[in-house]
Amino acid sequence: MEQQIVKVKNKKGVRVIPGFGLSMGVTLAMLGCLVLIPLASIFLRASQLEFGEFIQVVTSRQVVSGYVVSLSCAFFAALINAVFGIILAWVLVRYDFPGKRLMDGLIELPFALPTAVAGIALTYLYSDQGWIGALFDKMGIKIAYTRIGITIAMVFVGIPFVVRAVQPVLEKLDREYEEAALMLGAAKLYTFFRVILPELFPALLAGAGLAFARGIGEYGSVVFIAGNIPYETQIAPLLIMTKLEQYKYADATAIALVLLLISFLLMLLINSIQIYMQRFTKG
Amino acid sequence: MRKKGLARIAAAVTVMSLLFTGCGGESGGKDSGGGSELLNVSYDPTREFYAKYNELFLEHWKGEGGEEVTVTQSHGGSGSQARSVIEGNEADVVTLALAHDVTAIEEAGLIEDGWLDEFDKESSPYTSTIVFLVRKGNEKGIKDWGDLVKDGVEVITPNPKTSGGACWNFLAAWAYQQGQDGGDEEATKEFMKKLYENVLVLDSGARGATNTFVENGQGDVLIAWENEAYLSMEEYPGEYEIVTPSVSILAQPSVAVVDANAEEHGTEEVARAYLEYLYSDEAQRLAGENYYRPSDEKILQEFSDQFDLDMELVTIEDFGGWDAAFETYFDDGAVFDEIYSD
Repeated sequence: MEQQIVKVKNKKGVRVIPGFGLSMGVTLAMLGCLVLIPLASIFLRASQLEFGEFIQVVTSRQVVSGYVVSLSCAFFAALINAVFGIILAWVLVRYDFPGKRLMDGLIELPFALPTAVAGIALTYLYSDQGWIGALFDKMGIKIAYTRIGITIAMVFVGIPFVVRAVQPVLEKLDREYEEAALMLGAAKLYTFFRVILPELFPALLAGAGLAFARGIGEYGSVVFIAGNIPYETQIAPLLIMTKLEQYKYADATAIALVLLLISFLLMLLINSIQIYMQRFTKG
Repeated sequence: MRKKGLARIAAAVTVMSLLFTGCGGESGGKDSGGGSELLNVSYDPTREFYAKYNELFLEHWKGEGGEEVTVTQSHGGSGSQARSVIEGNEADVVTLALAHDVTAIEEAGLIEDGWLDEFDKESSPYTSTIVFLVRKGNEKGIKDWGDLVKDGVEVITPNPKTSGGACWNFLAAWAYQQGQDGGDEEATKEFMKKLYENVLVLDSGARGATNTFVENGQGDVLIAWENEAYLSMEEYPGEYEIVTPSVSILAQPSVAVVDANAEEHGTEEVARAYLEYLYSDEAQRLAGENYYRPSDEKILQEFSDQFDLDMELVTIEDFGGWDAAFETYFDDGAVFDEIYSD
């Protein structure tokens, strides 16, 4: 990334997009209208509550259990995505096979598909009457309407983040590293964990972090497969909807604000780890 | 150079903001004037009924010498539809699932006080009730509310906190058990707790619950609007049966003119006529054909072999009206939260 920026700077005068001033203006306006002002309005709405009320809303048992369900399921979904995302990216980068392009395109389907459609389809498949759900039901495992179902929906919406983050890094990764490691007598597993994985790690972390954050906020696909039983399978975004249905806008934004803070802290943590890792690898 | 750059930034920001606000204005505006368009914001299961009613009304309106008008429909969960009107969806009339949602619009200042008496029968031209939809053969032998708390019976009903229909379900069950317990509240709470322990999926809306029961094959019994239950029967003939419990609730969907919007659009007259005509014999019959109970007694009798008219029906007034019902049962920390709290 840094190298690219330097290159552009050197080639003064041959820019595709006209002028720094103009493009910066567009950037500011977009960020302002689409991100900053809506976010600020959340703070504004939530500030209608007094501090005591705010604490009461966001620490009520149902709300806390909603956070726990959303966070824990999103965490496991991100872990699963990290493991399978690497495998998927690996297959797509390192092997040639018929249908590779198609498969590569399919990865992005969760981005394109309306999440409600995904939720309905997943529920249909994974309920104890569905094709996949029926198989697991015989083993005594219920998927739809449990936290496992919630996690599966989150895996679905999160997988492109990991694959698309890891893929380009893997493509650039010189095979000579692996060859050198193998020549020097490293075992295959050792080569993977000590040579390849450290190179991929920052990208993997970024991808998994995005998948995690997406999972926390995911509503459309999860709400169909969740069962929505209080204290068991009620996700935090559903509680926000519940408050809205009761015309409690301030309460709803209070819950949203806490989700926002969690996501923000998460991104901060991931970025710090990345910066630290980059220093580490350079030094 | 510096100054020029800043000026450009400022110019771009201005243009972009104009673009954004421009878009907002366009999609929100419907002020073509002359009362040429009537927007009816309604809830989910009325889709089929109003599609036919609009044709009927337009014919009548033309016959009366009314000016050209087109009726547009919008459907969704009753609560979120009410919210959209409060937030600026320019509905001329609302036809929602419960008076509570119309009251919310009134509180936002868009509907004038006293709308409940503006039209006959407390502004509910058609009613419905809550029944059970069970799978063909009714293997679990479900006859009445008492059977829903038996071990191994799986119940599907939406969450009263997000679904208007689910409030009716809850109150109907409550009314039945109050009769059984002789008014003992604690005993009825115990019953409700058992009932909701048997609930497998607590969907956020009535259509979602129907989907869970019908499409995903979950549960033994769906607590449903009578008209939804009939629609499912019609769509999947021979797969389901309707069971009418001994006690249920008279669900009174409410209609009202959104005064502030109608005034602004100049559609007051046609909006009033639109809702008034719902009480005509033709419209009442149409409601019956779409499995709503006509509020006109005479016409209701014409449908006596379709509807079970012997059910004991309580009304929301037995619970002291919606405000009291929400306070007692559905607000945060009230009875519904209590039965889930341990």
